[in-house]
Amino acid sequence: MQSHILKIAARHLLLPFTIMSIIILWRGHNQPGGGFIGGLVAASAFILYNVAYGVQDAKKILRLDPRTLIGIGLAIALFSALLSVFLRMPFMTGMWVDVFLPLLGHQHFGTPLLFDTGVYLTVLGVILTVVFTLSEES
Amino acid sequence: MELLYTFLAIFPIAFISPYIVRQKSTWGWTLALVPAAIFILLLRFVTDVSHGHTEILALNWLPTLDISLMLYIDGLSLLFALIISFIGFLIIIYASGYFHHNNYAGRFYMIVLLFMGAMLGVVLAGNLFTMFVFWELTSFTSYLLIGWNHEKEESRWAALQSLIVTGGGGLALFAGLILMRLIVGSFDIADILSQPELIRSHSFYIPVLILVALGAFTKSAQFPFHFWLPGAMAAPTPVSAYLHSATMVKAGIYLLARLNPVLGGTAEWTTVITLVGGLTMVTGAALALPQNDLKKLLAYTTVSALGMITLLIGLGTSLAIKAAMVFLLVHSLYKGSLFMVAGGIDHAAGTRDVRLLSGLGRLLPFTATAGLLAALSMSGLPPFFGFIGKELVYEANLHAPQWVWILTATGLFANAVNVTVAIVVGIRPFWGQKHEKLGHGHEGPLGLWLGPLIAAAAGLLLGLYPAWVAKPLFSPTVSAILAQDYSVKLKLWHGLNTALLLSFLTILVGILLYVVRANFARIQQRLAVLQPIYPSMLFKNGLNKFLFLSDKATRALQNGNLYVYLITIFSVMAAGLWLQVISSYNINVKIDFHDFNFIDLGIVMLMIVATFMAILTRGRLTAVTALGVIGFGVALIYILHGAPDVAITQLVIETLTVVLFVLILYRFPRFTLLSKKSTRMRDASLAVLVGFMMTSLLLMKNSAESLANISPFFVENSVIKAHGHNIVNVILVDFRGIDTLGEITVLSVAALGVYALLKLKMGAKEK
Repeated sequence: MQSHILKIAARHLLLPFTIMSIIILWRGHNQPGGGFIGGLVAASAFILYNVAYGVQDAKKILRLDPRTLIGIGLAIALFSALLSVFLRMPFMTGMWVDVFLPLLGHQHFGTPLLFDTGVYLTVLGVILTVVFTLSEES
Repeated sequence: MELLYTFLAIFPIAFISPYIVRQKSTWGWTLALVPAAIFILLLRFVTDVSHGHTEILALNWLPTLDISLMLYIDGLSLLFALIISFIGFLIIIYASGYFHHNNYAGRFYMIVLLFMGAMLGVVLAGNLFTMFVFWELTSFTSYLLIGWNHEKEESRWAALQSLIVTGGGGLALFAGLILMRLIVGSFDIADILSQPELIRSHSFYIPVLILVALGAFTKSAQFPFHFWLPGAMAAPTPVSAYLHSATMVKAGIYLLARLNPVLGGTAEWTTVITLVGGLTMVTGAALALPQNDLKKLLAYTTVSALGMITLLIGLGTSLAIKAAMVFLLVHSLYKGSLFMVAGGIDHAAGTRDVRLLSGLGRLLPFTATAGLLAALSMSGLPPFFGFIGKELVYEANLHAPQWVWILTATGLFANAVNVTVAIVVGIRPFWGQKHEKLGHGHEGPLGLWLGPLIAAAAGLLLGLYPAWVAKPLFSPTVSAILAQDYSVKLKLWHGLNTALLLSFLTILVGILLYVVRANFARIQQRLAVLQPIYPSMLFKNGLNKFLFLSDKATRALQNGNLYVYLITIFSVMAAGLWLQVISSYNINVKIDFHDFNFIDLGIVMLMIVATFMAILTRGRLTAVTALGVIGFGVALIYILHGAPDVAITQLVIETLTVVLFVLILYRFPRFTLLSKKSTRMRDASLAVLVGFMMTSLLLMKNSAESLANISPFFVENSVIKAHGHNIVNVILVDFRGIDTLGEITVLSVAALGVYALLKLKMGAKEK
């Protein structure tokens, strides 16, 4: 598939999609969104790129092997679940801290967000593993 | 608590150990600090435990499911844990010599440390569920280690065989533990041990006994499951010394001893455990005689020793329990040491065939000393610890409530074979003239002889000073198994009695068997006609038949035709739904039109049109697009009815599905009609049936208001307990977070499956 419109669109949409997906992940706990959807959105950006430029370029722009993303994602999710155990609370107890950030003001951070980040990366890694493998096979 | 955290730290340390060893291959010994730390931390409990206290260290895990990580430290678990950490310490030092220039040493340390953590978990767990998880982990790590030389078919088969045997036993054990939980209502060892009468009088008692015994027998290589243990000798020698003589094979014995207070004491228990133990003891000893391989000799005597300990636990008298536990420690020390000595001989001489080994004493002075000390303990000569152990065994046999003669005679035979094997393995290779076929071996690195020497010396030291372990260690151990206070006194000299006479006789018979041992190989050859009924052959043939059948079944069910799969799935689904619909009596469908609006109607009309498009079109892309329209319609309905999260997910998923479809359809040939009209009619009716069933089910769900509803709980607690306003997300990451964790794991496995399938296929094509 050689389409200049598609190529330009794919290149320029990559960053907005990725930022959008992170926003979706971030706001997920209180507003519509979350790690699963965020991961899907991010994946669709790379899939678009894959369609426009081919799998080799898409892999290059991702830098990491998508299978590594799966591993990192699972590790983060597991770590967020185990954190409470280290502090002698039951497995997967949600824990929260208030942090003051320069531009964003008071923010409420918790292990669920960390867990959701793990979900985000796992979903992204899973979809890209499947899509890249399918595209490579042809 | 330090113990608990150090114990937990073993697992991450195991995973980073390959990186430590990769820095410098000689740094492997530093990992021995881990078991050393555990050993020292355990020692701090000795005083308390010897005063009859039971320490419980707990870390809440899933309190709502009654699962916690709890360490239960009484005499029994302390004895086992001390053995595991002490021998583990020696083994890692030994391995640093054994894997001196091995590129895969890092992998070895990782698996051995994982095993050590799992094994400590088995004996220290205060909850049977946790114990079971660790139990399975030991089987798994053992599998990896037996198959260490994975390029050899023999190794792979031995590994698989041990995994299937111990894994199968593990399944039985799991069922037994669940039954026990049904009786007592808890998995906690403390709760279970407090209900002996309830368990013994329950109608589940016999099933529990059989299932638990199966678990223990497979793990501890009892007849007729003994054959996996000699096969496991395919593993590197440090593994044989650690897993397959000193620790893992004793997990079954630990289990029997642990549950003796609640399962033991009945006629069924005594009969089953004693009989199986006795058979194992005799079989192992008899099979050891014709062997010529150092490790096989040691393996079969291990089987025999495990049988003897099992038999003693089955007898259940206080004398027998005492003998079992003392002999267990005796055996761990001398057998671990002799295995390491065998590895040292192999390293220096390049062979383990006893017919070629002689005169190595001058070349390997330290290894020879270790071998001699361990062999004397194995033979049960004073002043070694083995002598005390053997005297106790005879005493227990002589005072058994029944079967005194047969117990004593078989015990004598097994002990005599121990003497024979001790001479063959620990003494003979070092004496006499050097065999001309042997090369110029020399003493290996320090690690290679320090481990066996320490273990063997411990056997001598404990023989001279048995009081060091008698009261502090064995009293609480035996008390824990008997569930009553019992004081153990160990002495080297018991005076002139029957046991001493039997000891004397044992040595004589052992030497006699050594002299005539050349004949046993011939006897074994004559018995080769019985080969088809050897348990190992029965196992192999049974497994092959099973594989043959499952191959047939797979070919029939998974024939690779997507069409057949879909028909099967949808037929089963339609049938299942139909059963559900007719089995619920009140099919009273209420359709509520009060929030009807024209936007919904418009969307539904659009979806119906798209459905017909998808069915009737001849273009693949058109069909996929039409399906996409249906999906977007569903998403619109979600938005209109207040489920934005689900709607976004649906939208993205629909988009991705269309893209994936296009990626694949792009390469298909042009659409042509090949199917017969009758086939199409059948498919159409199946589709209509499934759709109809699904619709009626949804309508029924709508009218079933009496069902308990969990939604209010989520709505009320979302902000208070989980600090989130988006209930869908709170459910996903908090309330039902464990489900999500499971789901992403499944997703990952699926992705790796796709990757493996396609890449493997490509690999095949390239050939």
